[in-house]
Formats: sequence, structure tokens, C-alpha cells
Amino acid sequence: MFDIVSFFPRAVVQSVPLLCGSTGETITEKSGNLNLGIPGIMYVGAISGVIGAFFYEQSLKAADKPINTFLGILIPMVCCLIGSLVMGLIYSFLTVSLRANQNVTGLALTTFGVGFGNFFGGSLIKLTGSEVPSIALSATHGCFVHKLPFAKNLGWFGRMFLNYGFLVYISVIIAFVAAYILRHTRHGLNLRAVGENPATADAAGINVGRYKYFATCIGSMIAGLGGLFYIMDYASGVWSNEGFGDRGWLAIALVIFTIWRPNIGVFASILFGALYILYLYIPTGANQAIKEFYKMIPYVVTIIVLVATSMRKKKENQPPESLGIPYFREER
Amino acid sequence: MNKKTKTPFFHIVKRGEIPLWQSIAIHIGALVLALVVCSILTTLITGLNPIKVYATMFEGNFGTERKTWVMLHALAILLGISLALTPGYKMRFWNIGGEGQVLIGCMASGAVMHNHPEIPNALLLILMLVAAMAAGAIWGMIPAFFKAKWNTNETLFTLMMNYVAIQITAYFTIRWEVPKGSGKIGVINQNTMAGWLPKIADQQYLLTIIVVAALTIFMYFYLKYSKQGYEIAVVGESERTARYVGIKVEHVFVRTMAISGALCGLIGYLLVAGSAHTITTTLSGGRGFTGVMVAWMAKFNPILMILTSFLIAFMGNGAQEIASRFYLNHSFSDILTGIIIFFLIGCEFFVSYKLEHNKHREEA
Amino acid sequence: MIGTFHYNLKHLLELVNKEVSGLDQQVPAVAMRNITKTFNSGAVVANKDVSINVFRGEILALLGENGSGKTTLMNMLSGIYFPDDGQIFVDGKEVVIRSPKDALDLGIGMIHQHFKLVDVLTATENIILGLKEEGKLDLKKAAQRVKDICDQYGFELDPYQKVYNMSVSQKQTVEIIKVLYRKADILILDEPTAVLTPQETNSLFNVLRNMKADGKAVIIITHKLNEVKEISDYVDVLRHGEFIGSLKTSESTTQEMTNMMVGRQVSLNIDRPDPVGQDPRLKIKDLTVRSEDGVLKLDHVSFEALGGEVLGIAGISGSGQKELLEAIAGLQVTEEGSIMYVNEDGAEEELLNQDPNKIRRKGITLSFVPEDRLGMGLVGNMDLADNMMLRSFRAGKSPFTDRKAPRKLAEQVVDELEVVTPGISTAVRRLSGGNVQKVLVGREIAETPRVLMTAYAVRGLDINSSYTIYNLINEQKKKGVAVIYVGEDLDVLIELADRIVVLCDGKLSGILDARKTDKNEVGLYMTSLHGEGGEENE
Repeated sequence: MFDIVSFFPRAVVQSVPLLCGSTGETITEKSGNLNLGIPGIMYVGAISGVIGAFFYEQSLKAADKPINTFLGILIPMVCCLIGSLVMGLIYSFLTVSLRANQNVTGLALTTFGVGFGNFFGGSLIKLTGSEVPSIALSATHGCFVHKLPFAKNLGWFGRMFLNYGFLVYISVIIAFVAAYILRHTRHGLNLRAVGENPATADAAGINVGRYKYFATCIGSMIAGLGGLFYIMDYASGVWSNEGFGDRGWLAIALVIFTIWRPNIGVFASILFGALYILYLYIPTGANQAIKEFYKMIPYVVTIIVLVATSMRKKKENQPPESLGIPYFREER
Repeated sequence: MNKKTKTPFFHIVKRGEIPLWQSIAIHIGALVLALVVCSILTTLITGLNPIKVYATMFEGNFGTERKTWVMLHALAILLGISLALTPGYKMRFWNIGGEGQVLIGCMASGAVMHNHPEIPNALLLILMLVAAMAAGAIWGMIPAFFKAKWNTNETLFTLMMNYVAIQITAYFTIRWEVPKGSGKIGVINQNTMAGWLPKIADQQYLLTIIVVAALTIFMYFYLKYSKQGYEIAVVGESERTARYVGIKVEHVFVRTMAISGALCGLIGYLLVAGSAHTITTTLSGGRGFTGVMVAWMAKFNPILMILTSFLIAFMGNGAQEIASRFYLNHSFSDILTGIIIFFLIGCEFFVSYKLEHNKHREEA
Repeated sequence: MIGTFHYNLKHLLELVNKEVSGLDQQVPAVAMRNITKTFNSGAVVANKDVSINVFRGEILALLGENGSGKTTLMNMLSGIYFPDDGQIFVDGKEVVIRSPKDALDLGIGMIHQHFKLVDVLTATENIILGLKEEGKLDLKKAAQRVKDICDQYGFELDPYQKVYNMSVSQKQTVEIIKVLYRKADILILDEPTAVLTPQETNSLFNVLRNMKADGKAVIIITHKLNEVKEISDYVDVLRHGEFIGSLKTSESTTQEMTNMMVGRQVSLNIDRPDPVGQDPRLKIKDLTVRSEDGVLKLDHVSFEALGGEVLGIAGISGSGQKELLEAIAGLQVTEEGSIMYVNEDGAEEELLNQDPNKIRRKGITLSFVPEDRLGMGLVGNMDLADNMMLRSFRAGKSPFTDRKAPRKLAEQVVDELEVVTPGISTAVRRLSGGNVQKVLVGREIAETPRVLMTAYAVRGLDINSSYTIYNLINEQKKKGVAVIYVGEDLDVLIELADRIVVLCDGKLSGILDARKTDKNEVGLYMTSLHGEGGEENE
């Protein structure tokens, strides 16, 4: 029998990295920047957090003190945000200030970021001298998964909706806030205009370059949080190389699937997360391979959405019109 | 109101033309700067002095005959993928689905090899080749068709196609896994070597290298001297001009991406039949993406691509050498590759634009 | 008598200064002084030493032909371009306008010819875009203000309508309200009526009158004289980037304005050999073209082009010239009509809605020198030899292109037309305008066409290059080619062409004998159908 109460939370924790990544990428794309560096940024966000937590835990071990929950969360979080911010700045500097090709820059950023993550992850593993190729930050993990004490006593509702680490709620809040800002605030309106038609935005007195920088950097930091969640919460504080997998690309797919709406992303990411683990719940019999087909579904569905929106030509559902194109005012 | 009105200090102007030597100088300058940054980083991590860093890298590439062959093979595969991607980029079709097109080629040739080891080897090899190129062509044509017909965003489409290919491969990897539960197919036809490309002069990689060398020459002539290559260039430069002279732009999109995909499939075939003799989801190993950067840095010139893919292959193998000597992680090479590309991308700005001082208006 | 309208600049300034000192309130809302702007490092002079004044409660028409520098001048006022030299005063204070934002802060708002609107946003969202108002975004309040502005000046607009659902006239309304919403009191409109129907034009003019009554300064860029007469108080005329003079509208006639705009009829001494043969080559009947957004661009135009003559096509810009040529070349979807091509043996072929390749395969050599040389006729980044191949690269069965013939052709064109280039391996975008055109015309003529169409063939060219082009056209004519020459310089049209087809608003206004007509007559046909409107001024 299919057990929704145990299935749903697993889909949710799968969804959080995707949600963060896609919220970040949506904000970035709304400014007209197609940042294909998101997978790399999520790696960097994750490893930065891991490095911060690692040295904090090491210093604790040396002093023989218990972990301080506040610092245990703050240090990895700040490191993660700084790491992803730097990545966002590299991308913005190259594509906005130097007008480099966005696709090439993004791919280079992903190469760099994934390499950066795996390299420092690997180096830390060497530092710990452990036998297994992973770092376990169990104390930090403990800080990140503080849950409501009474959640488990509230029956199915508590188990489905209240029994998560705080980053889950933060990611959902960020997504809704992002959707609200894009839809209902002046900055959101200006940002959308920059991504649709930078020349018009410029003529209206909007500083196009500044919006692109801000959107990209904030987007990167949100995406970085997704990486941090994956390690500190989902993976129980264990870093293993390549463990994050292709979730970064899936996050980009999610942006298209949600037709650039972070609030839809909250639900769509759970759907994607569910598809990711569906095979565990559907009896496959002897055919283990079929689960790989289930994993394909998010991408296929995304393609269908992409094609359908381009065929219907409904203006609201198209990618931002200037997506991928650098802006130069005096170009004639 | 005491706010003084100021004229902006400088503004950016598009350059008309730039002498070739100046452009080369800018690129070389950027490369040198990148190499310096790379060596500083390496020095910081390993404590090696910068000259020693590059000496070690050199050894990693040319230290032994075996290492040289490995480097040449890496170069050939990367160059091959870059070449295969180039026709699309020449017509400004932003295909980042090279990864999937190569992998589906691997998959198709591997499938033939796995399912029909009984076919005589020569015929089997041909069948594998045809299957690989057909699969790659289809993978390239699908996004091109939708782009031509409904202007569907090709960057996002091709990106998604990568993962469809990966999951298809993952599916068959598990279906055909040996032994059950290992998640790996293992070497196919280990004993009969059916569907393995022959060694030339006792060198396993030589045939691959020769094929890619031929492909380089082919691509050079195709783009520069063929009618189709000319059409591609015109479409890429200006769709309006293309229509003005009666070129069917949609048709060129689909045809070119079929060719590009088929060539990616060919590289997939070389990977499976030439060296790996198995199928895994990581056979392409991100080179579908790296190829984009290699081709772009060479300004889509097949001959220059030899240089840029050599640069990436050299840095990759060199970083591997440093990594293994100093017990570092092998991802070190990705960091260096990233840095070099950042610099080479960034320097393009100084080729196309210049900063101009504004005339001051004190006299006013 | 025309000379009297060429006001001396100094004289004008004195006049203005007198006015200023006499009446304290009469400080111009905007004064531009000695403005100069060049492009391409000084190679193209768009404005030279131009000075103008606009006062509040007044509508100023900025009159001039295409390329006379009107839009460039106004772009400097609205912060799109930065002048090379000169000063701008707003209400008597010198200002530096670095960006559109600076301009708006000074109360200057420009309504561009190409609307700057974001398609997926609503009217209200577009209007408040980029505003830094206090408090949170309140679209309802903003929509109410938009409605208020509409009521005040007499616009009709749904504040919640998305821009992509709007007609051209509605989009223009949004643009104007956008500027008013920002409390701009100096409005610049760049050819606002070019895209409007007569009814829409009327309501726009009513709005402008309301603004004037409201004490705003309005500048309207135009080249339609009847509108200048109808709406403006003063007219400033520009020609070739220079200020020609200023007129009070109520005290001047359309004829005077035309003369100032087009200048004296000058004798250019262009050869005009007698036409040869004059057999019908193209028979165009009831050709009707509608643009993608439904605007009628050509309305039942009929004429014949004869072999061995130059058929000039005149009309103010955007009267359907581009659509006409592109329809003949097989590049434009047409609504109705027919384009018959008459073969050497007298057989007729329909060219309507064909593509260039199909036309070619029928053995018809139809050469076309389009207006957009580097964006359509040539590939800027390719070298001369490669550009020569554009027409001929398909020849032969080999999968490879023939490289020798185009190289030879390129060398021949460089040689015969005296193209100044470092070599035939130079990218054409690096050549000067005149040389680019020689390359393009050279290629098109090399095809030995039976019909040669040129659009603005000498635009931006120096005198020598222009004459080279005229000679080439005459040579073709002598060979019996039917030449269709779309031009903007009436002096040239009158001296070069045999007959002149005049278009007005997409309709055929008249066909004139170039040997008998004069500039004024053509000008009147251009501005009004069959020259009707001009009579009152005679």
C-alpha cells in the first residue's frame, strides 16, 4: 500500500535543493542573465558551508567544547553565502561588465564550481585522514535539523508538514517572498523590465547593470543555500564528492517547468522531488532499471512544457525576452 | 543647490577594427595572466615553486610515452566534440547538448555491440558507427526542428536533452549490468573483442587520433569551402541576408544540427569502440560542455581548436599529475580549466570594446 | 526669394536674445546652443552647430527630410546620446544630460518612434516603470492616476491592458502618458503620426492642443507639412544636420517650408541618356501589402516598369517604398494584386509571393540593392570575395563552392568601380559607406539583370561615389535594363529618372514625367494625394 505520510516528507527534502536552485535561477533569469553556472554555484555554496563547519568543529574538538547551536548554524551559513556570492560576482563581472557570452561563462563557472567543491571536499577528507571518502559533520547536522519538539505528536499533519529542519521552511518562504517581490513591488517590476527589454528599462531610468548584478548575486546566494541544505540536512552533514549529482541542472529545468514563477516552484519542486524517489515506492519487481526511466520524467516533462509554451506563444509564459543577450546602450 | 554637474569620466565604445597582432597580444596576455594565477594557486596549495608547477605539468603530459598517448587521446576526443559542435555555433544555434549527443552515440553503438556480438566484426563496426551517428543526428535534429518551427529556446531544450540521454543510458546500464546488482556493464565482449576498433601499430588510441585529425581537416574544408558551410555562415551572420538570397533558414537549422549531432555520435562511437568498450553515464565526462568552451575560445576555427583543446587537455593532465603526486584531489584540473577560461572569456571585451575618456567641458 | 528664408544663425540668436531681455518670463523652456554630434569617430556628422529654442505653451515643429539630423538632435535632449560639443539650457540654466533619467529629472520626456515598451506588462506597469515613488507599489492607485491623466487630456486607454494586445495608436498613448505621469512639461514626439490613421492623428492633435493650453512645451518631429501647418506655432528646419531657419507657422506657407526643407533646386548635372526600347518589363497591378500588425503599407498600387528606362520612386519615408521593392523581390508577403514579369519572348511570369530562389530558378535575373546594405544585401563580417558569392554560390553540381569566380569578380568590381579597400580579403563592414555600396551594386550588376531595383542607393555616400552609382545605373539603362530607383533626394530623382512614381501613404499619388516636372510638384504629390492639398498655398 502506498504510504503518503512517509512518502511526502521524503519528496519534500528532495525538493529543497531544487527549489533553492530554481528560485535563485528564476531571479537571475528575470534580469536577462541565463546563468548556467548554477550547478557550480550550488557546489561552491555547499563546500563553503562545509569548510566553515569543518574548521569550527575542529576548533571545538581542540578545545573540547560542545557545539553552540547558534554558531553552528551561523558559521556555515555565512560561509555558504559568501562563497556563492563570489561566484555570482564572477559571473556578473564577466557577463555584465565585460559582456562575455553568458552560455560559455556559465559553463565555465559550473566546471570551476564543481571542481572547486570536489577538490576542497577531497582535501578536507585527506585532512581528516578518514578511511571513507567523505567528511561527516554530525554536530553541525544536529544544529541544522532542530525540529519542533511536538511535531511528531501531531499525527499525520505534524509528520507531513512540521517535521523538518528550518532550511526547508526558509526555502519555501524565500520562494514565496521572491514571487511576491517579482509580482508586487517596484523592484520586481523594474527587474522584469530589465530582463524583457533592457533598452526600455534603461530609457525609463533603471540602472540595468546594477539590477543584473543584484539579481544574479542574490540568485546565486539563494541557490547556494540549496547546496548547504543538501549537505547539512538531507545528507546528514556528510560531504562526499559528486554526491550532489545533477540537481543543479534539474533546478534549471524546474525554472522552465514553472514558467519563471517561484511560487509554483514550491509545489513543482516537490513534484520533481517525488519523481526522483518515486521508484522506491512503486513496485518494480525484478526490473530495477525502470527507476532510471522515472528519473527521466522531470526532464521530459520540462521539454514538453518548453515546446508547448513556445507553440502557444502566450506572451506571459515565454522566457524573458532578452535572456542570454548582453546589453550595450550604444549598440545600433 | 550646490550639486555640480559632472560629465561621466569615461564611456565604453565599440571598436571598429583591431589589428591582428593586437588581438593576439590581448589573448596571449590573458593566457599568461591566467597561467600566473593558476601557478600561484598551485603554489599556495602544494608549496611547489611556480616553475616547478609547470615542469610537473609538462611531465604529466609528456613524461612517458604512455602519458603522451593518454594526452593525445584526451586531446583528440575533446577536439572531436568541439569540432562536432562548431557548425551549430557558426549559425548561432546555442547547442549545449553535446554531452547528450555524444552519450546517445555511445549508447547506440554500445547497444549494437552488446546485442549482436555474433555479427562479423567489420560489419558490426560499421553497424555500430551507423547507429551511433543516426542516434546523435536525431538528438541534434529534435531541438533544431522545434527551433525552426516554433522558435523554441534551443539552449534550454538541448540542455534537457542531455539528461534524457543520461537516463536512457542509466536504464540500459542497469538492464545489462554484469554481474547483477553491480550497477555496471563492465567490458563488453571481453573475450571475443567483437565491436572493438583494431589497434594500429599496436597503439590503441592511434585510430581515434587519426579519425579526429581527418575530422579536423574535413570540418575546416566543410565550413570554409562547401556550399553548406557557406549557407551556415550566412545564416549565422544575418538571417535577413540569408532570406534575401533565398536560403531556407529553417532547413539549414535542421540539416546543420543533424550533421553536428551525427558527428557527436561519431565521437561517442570512438569512445565506446575505441577505448572504453563499455557504456557508462559518464563516458562523455562533461566534455560536451568543455567542447563548447574550446570551440568558442578558438572563435570556431577548426585549426585554432587544436590549440585550445591542447591547452585544456594539457592543463587537465598536468593538474592530474600534480594532484596524484601531492595526493590532491583530481578535480584540481577543473579549477585550473575554469580559471583559464575566465581569463580568455574576459579578454574578449578588450578586443571588441575600448574605454574612451570623455572630453571635459570646463570651458563651458 | 528662397534665400530670404535662410536665416543667418547669428541674426536669429540676436532675435531671441532681444526677446529674452524684453520679457522676463520668456526664457525658453529648452535652449540648445551650437550642438554638434558625430558618429564613427567624426566620420559621420549628424548635427553641426545647431541651436534651437522652445518656449512653454508652444508647439514647435522640427522639420527636415530623412537624415537631416532631427532625431539625433532630440536624442541628445532626451539623454540617449551625448553631444560632442555645445550647450543645453533648461529654463535658462545650463544642464548636462547624461541619461534618459537625467532628462526626465529635468522634465524632458521623449516619445520615440520605436516605442520603448515592455510587451508583457500592462499599460499602468509600463507607465510607472522605473519610478522612485514613496511607499509600496500600489497599482490600483497608479491606474487611477493614469485614468485621471486620460480624462484631463482626452486620451482613451484601459490601464490594465497588456501592451502586446495593443494597437500602434494605443501603444503611443501609453508612451505619452508615461511621460506625462512623470510630470514632464517638455515633450518631444518623434514622427508621432507616421503610424497613425487620420482619425487617430486628429485625436492626437487634440491632445497636443490640450497640453499646450496646459502650458507645456511640445516639440514634434515631422516631415509632413500639412501637419506642421495644422498643429505647430513655430517651425525649425534642419537640412543635412544643419540648422536652416525658423518660421512662425501662421505667417508662412507650405511652399516656403518645402523650399527650406528641400533647399534650392540645384543642378547636379547628372547624365540622363534617352531611354531605349521601353518594352514593358514589370506590370504591377493593385499590389496591396499589410504589415504584420495589420497596418496597410501598400494600397492597390499599379504601374509598369519599362526596359531601358529609369523609373524613379518618390515619397516621404515609410510610404511603402520598402514593401514595394521587397514584394517584387519575393521577400514580402502580399495581400492581393499581381506582379507580372515579361520575358524576352514576351511570355509573362507571376512573381507574387515567390521566394528569391524560385524567381531565380525561373531564369529571371532580378537584382536588388536593398536599403539595409550590411544587414540584408551583404554580410558585414565576410570579405569581398565571399560577399560576391551570395548570389552565385549555388552554381554547379560540386558540393564545394567555386572560389575562383567570386575572387575574380571581386577584383573586377574593385578595379572597375574604384573601390577603396586594402584587398578583397577585407571584411566589407570595414569599408566606408560608399565603398560598401559599390561592392553591393557591383555584385548585383554583374548578374546581368533585366530588372535592377535600388533603394536609397546613394544614402550616406559622398559626391564622387554618388556619381559612380548614377553612371552605373545609366549604363544599365542603356543596356535595356528596367531600373527602379527609390530615392529621397528630389534633385537627383528629377535629373536621373525618366518617369517618377510618387507614393503617398502607401497609395499611388501620381506618375510624373521627370523631364517636365519640378521639385515643388513632386513635393506636393508626396505630401498629399494628386497634389490636392497644396493648392491653397499657391
